[in-house]
Amino acid sequence: MANKANKPQLLVNGKRLDGRAFNELRPLKIEAAVLKNADGSAYLEWGNNKILAAVYGPIEAMPKHVADPAKAIIKCRYSMAPFSSVGEHSRSGPNRRAIEISKVTKEAFENVVMLNDFPGSEIDIFIEVLQSDGGTRAAGITAAAVALANAGIHMKDLIYAVSAGKIDGNIVLDFNMIEDNYSDSDMPMAISPRNNDVLLLQMDGHFTREELKKAMGMVIEAGKTITKLQKDALNEVYKKAEVKYEEGA
Amino acid sequence: MGAMDLVKNHYIKEILARGVREDGRGMFDFRNMKIVPGVIDHAEGSAQVDLGNTRVLAGVKMQVDEPMPDTPNQGNQIMSAELLPLAHAEYETGPPSPEAIELARVVDRGIRAANCIDLEGLFLEEGKVWSVFADIYVLNYDGNLFDASTLAVMAALMNARVPDYKDGKADYTNKATPLKINSVVASTTFCKLDRSLLLDPDMHEEGAADCRITITTDGEGVRAMQKGMSGSLSTSEIEKLVDLSFDKYREVKKKLEESSRRRD
Repeated sequence: MANKANKPQLLVNGKRLDGRAFNELRPLKIEAAVLKNADGSAYLEWGNNKILAAVYGPIEAMPKHVADPAKAIIKCRYSMAPFSSVGEHSRSGPNRRAIEISKVTKEAFENVVMLNDFPGSEIDIFIEVLQSDGGTRAAGITAAAVALANAGIHMKDLIYAVSAGKIDGNIVLDFNMIEDNYSDSDMPMAISPRNNDVLLLQMDGHFTREELKKAMGMVIEAGKTITKLQKDALNEVYKKAEVKYEEGA
Repeated sequence: MGAMDLVKNHYIKEILARGVREDGRGMFDFRNMKIVPGVIDHAEGSAQVDLGNTRVLAGVKMQVDEPMPDTPNQGNQIMSAELLPLAHAEYETGPPSPEAIELARVVDRGIRAANCIDLEGLFLEEGKVWSVFADIYVLNYDGNLFDASTLAVMAALMNARVPDYKDGKADYTNKATPLKINSVVASTTFCKLDRSLLLDPDMHEEGAADCRITITTDGEGVRAMQKGMSGSLSTSEIEKLVDLSFDKYREVKKKLEESSRRRD
């Protein structure tokens, strides 16, 4: 949603600049259990996004006064590395945008994590954007869900996130950076795939009622692919463990 | 959460299950809305809004600035929100909380996405543009800061006058030109409690709610949305609330226009 004046042509002959169809996801690769110290972790490449998610916990909630005797609390930190974007070096640590993203991400996970199973404790979710290419909050949530599962945190569902938006009147899935910057509207969503409940929803730009409906439908349809890749990544970890066991390692 | 809050939450949910709100409102009624523009003479624009017992003051200041690097030919829109310690017992001094940041950013997105401020008209000369600062001051918290703040900022912008520009500087003693407004947005915030959906939650309803969604429209399209809290919504619930948001837009816009006419 940057400067409309020098907006590049985002669609050429009805095709997107990277050749994708309107409802096509960028290539997505997920790997689970990539960090030794974390209780669970995941690394994800989605288009040119490179994102690392790690989970620590449940551990004793600190400081003491934030602990809830009835349930666990979730802390979430989404952060972009200072070298992650094209262009100038950015200040390290969360800015206002990152603080908002951390908040809505935390709220999405509060819906599915079985908080009552871990009273008095905290679960820390860290999302580090190492390289950004549009849709980083959605990619971060998709990675963090895998990291939570890898940490063995009890959850009602393995959630995913992706954005849909509008370019020149067309509803389009999964913006890359340039589409993200110059689109007419952008709507990241996080979904619980077992019932398609909406756990995160943000939007700005312009949608008619019909466009909104179509965009939401596209996000839900894309969930089938994303969920499968998340599950495959988790299965891969335990397949490896099985081989090790059989080898007597 | 203290014991009294739990009792209150339970009470609110129990009467809601029978279709009743504590203050007797319908599910999709706003509380009493009062808009007073022009309360701060020194600001370029201002407005105080009461939404029930929620009170928000918005002030608009303008200053000559450099443009943002990616938008060299237009003015800047900069929004912030302060949850003042005098507004509620639980608000504390210190750096802005995630809640305050979210509030400012959601209000900013709605107004920006609908091009409410004519930013292109705020270009002065090469390397010089007007920055429009809209600051949201929460004076009393009783729920639904999103709608009260969008309303207050919108009213303050409609009330704003641009200082004269002389010799590369702002002349704050002469403010004749009204700030050009391209469109009017209104936001509608709904809460979900158990199975009930309701508009304009007060503090206790917000405290008992599972989920919150703010929908900002300009009457023709959805301009911004933000879901909050840990509950969930179905896509059909979202569609229903978007329809309601369009209906409510007319009501809010009329209030805004009435209040700005009173001043002129």
